[in-house]
Amino acid sequence: MSHHEMPFWKKYIFSTDHKVIGLQYGITATFFLLFGFFLMILMRWQLAYPGVEIPLIGRAISETGALTPELYNALGAMHGTIMIFLGVVPMGVGAFGNYLVPLQVGACDMAFPKLNMMSYWVYFVGGVIMMLSFLMPGGAAASGWTSYPPLSVISNNAQTVWLLSMVFLITSSLLGSVNTITTAIQLRAKGLTFMRWPIHVWAQVTTAFLLLLAFPPLEGAAVLQLADRVFGSSFFLPSGLVVSGEKLAVAGGGNPLLWQHLFWFLAHPEVYVLILPAVGVICEIVSTFCRKPLYGYKTMVYSILFLGFMSFVVWAHHMFMTGMGVTLSSFFQATTMIISIPSVIILTTLLLTLWGASIRFTVPMLFALAFLPMLAIGGLTGLPLGLTASDIHLHDTYYVIGHFHYVVAPGTLFALMAGVYFWYPKITGRYMNETLGKIHFWVSFVSINCVFMPMFLMGSKGVSRRMYDQTQYSYGAATQSWNVVMSTAAFVLLLAQIPFVWNMFTAWKTGKKVQNDNPWEATTLEWAASSPPPHENFPTPVEVYRNPYTYSSTTRKVLPQFNPQEA
Amino acid sequence: MAVHIPYIDKPNPVTGVTNAKLGVWLFLASEVMLFGALFSALITLRMGVSDWPHGYDVLNVPLATLNTVVLIFSSVTVVMSWAALKMNNLKQFKTYMGLTLLMSFIFLGVKAVEYGTKFSHGISPATSNFYAIYFVITGLHGLHILGGIIVNGYLLGPGSKMWQSEPERFTGRIECAGLYWHFVDLVWIFLFPILYLL
Repeated sequence: MSHHEMPFWKKYIFSTDHKVIGLQYGITATFFLLFGFFLMILMRWQLAYPGVEIPLIGRAISETGALTPELYNALGAMHGTIMIFLGVVPMGVGAFGNYLVPLQVGACDMAFPKLNMMSYWVYFVGGVIMMLSFLMPGGAAASGWTSYPPLSVISNNAQTVWLLSMVFLITSSLLGSVNTITTAIQLRAKGLTFMRWPIHVWAQVTTAFLLLLAFPPLEGAAVLQLADRVFGSSFFLPSGLVVSGEKLAVAGGGNPLLWQHLFWFLAHPEVYVLILPAVGVICEIVSTFCRKPLYGYKTMVYSILFLGFMSFVVWAHHMFMTGMGVTLSSFFQATTMIISIPSVIILTTLLLTLWGASIRFTVPMLFALAFLPMLAIGGLTGLPLGLTASDIHLHDTYYVIGHFHYVVAPGTLFALMAGVYFWYPKITGRYMNETLGKIHFWVSFVSINCVFMPMFLMGSKGVSRRMYDQTQYSYGAATQSWNVVMSTAAFVLLLAQIPFVWNMFTAWKTGKKVQNDNPWEATTLEWAASSPPPHENFPTPVEVYRNPYTYSSTTRKVLPQFNPQEA
Repeated sequence: MAVHIPYIDKPNPVTGVTNAKLGVWLFLASEVMLFGALFSALITLRMGVSDWPHGYDVLNVPLATLNTVVLIFSSVTVVMSWAALKMNNLKQFKTYMGLTLLMSFIFLGVKAVEYGTKFSHGISPATSNFYAIYFVITGLHGLHILGGIIVNGYLLGPGSKMWQSEPERFTGRIECAGLYWHFVDLVWIFLFPILYLL
């Protein structure tokens, strides 16, 4: 076939093959995840040892060698922005969605291959712009990943760069989500009805709908904030705003809360954009290594859909303390309690899948098993924040940071790591090293809990999440020892990623070869393709004969979707 | 190396649409959310202040009415151009698509006159939030018109070669471009009364 003669740049750089684009997303996102983590390491040093020179690189950062308060603010904003918009979403949606959705529905590629390439490159440009903002005079954007006005409107020029980069990232997500939904619906293999979709496909399609419908309001809000900053309008600047003792010379009449509404209208569904692909990945892994069908497939599907829908009507629970009014708060408190129901159902069905299973404790399964309690901790600690009364105490403390990091770090990121170990044999034809994988898992699992668990304790003592040096306050100094524990654990966690990254790159050439195309004995369509799958994925069209996660009732052996044999 | 993706020119028998048509509808759904957010912002800002002006006092209603007529006419011609292809008449398609493009340019010309008058009176987004939201929404709508001009211009010019090789696929493209064009028209239909007449 002619594609073998394609020049390097066309095959690996400007490729339209969904598998190559998926890997491009994966590698770029890995870089951003490590970079975002590194920013946090700098901040954690400052938190544990306030004002002490940072070893090795301190002198390159500032004159005293310690983080300045301004830089601390900027790193905080960039850590959040990079982790969410450049790291986790491109990994979960860009890499896993791109690589797996066409394979799992038995398609030869995405429905719009050129658009797919474009969405990667638009994301790439957005990422480069975001990185360039570090070089702006006065440093990177420092108004938090939420960019609340009026602070963000009157802050330094890097905020304009931040907004510009966001417009690129939003456009990229938009193109990607149109592509994913169209592919999953239009290019299904023969026999693959909607109710035979793997859960991962359901999760990715729901996620794509969230991106499609929730991101545009933020794009609109970004345009409004750009207008405020560049054209001098005052959408988010109230009348009579005083800055540094002087009344700001703008028309006024704007509304800072408007930004918060538009922002959280995206950013709450965004939480589910982070978690749903992870849930999808976990369902595939748990069902494969439990050697029994997924408990309650339909329940799971409807829960995911309901979760997706409800995520659009809970956004203002981030705004209980803004003074938006008791009536609105009560409404959003009620919807927030309702949205916890499908989340609990999803976790329960996964637990019931484990019930009576003959579990194979492979590396991906270890990560998947750790994901379940981690997500449960993350989810349950969200309830006190969703109730308006307890939120008064916990709001803006370390408790909040602990809560959402449990969902995203040992939650989503563990799931995505499980996914890397699980699909690596499909992508390369080789296993990742089991021993290195287990070292990675156990060290990460212990250290990540030591990072985030103390945050709940500190938060309930009232320590604010935004403090540069909490020892300056007596109540903060009382819990300072926890900061040393958390920072030490964070450094260990960083070290624990070295075997993972090393494993990921070396196993490509030296890993143990897979014995066949379905080495884990999974049931979904991607395991029908050879490893690695060729250009166009399936030389002959695949056909689907049954639901995913099926096992024979007589032989108890696995029955993949693509196996024509009678049950 | 070309990948053989199904349902590019013929609809998927199960869903009844081609890939491109589903894609365009999804894209338009996101566009609804974009403009919806801006209209919500307008309502919020308007509720927040006591001195919000009436559009008809400060904006040029006759010119905007002219633009409304121009856009509605262009929506008709874009459908006619698609219908012409359905009847295998490429020449007629080019006439109607050309008319659509002409209308889009007239619209942008009128808009430029409106903007120019405002700027010459020293009015900018910094003047008040009414003008700020006026410039942002009409500006973003103008950019959508510009995007439509690029797409329609391509389909009328170099893109029309596809009619010789893949007529069905080309007709599908015109239909998708038409859907988008109707949407841009529809945004104006909302925008005109809300900004100019209220």
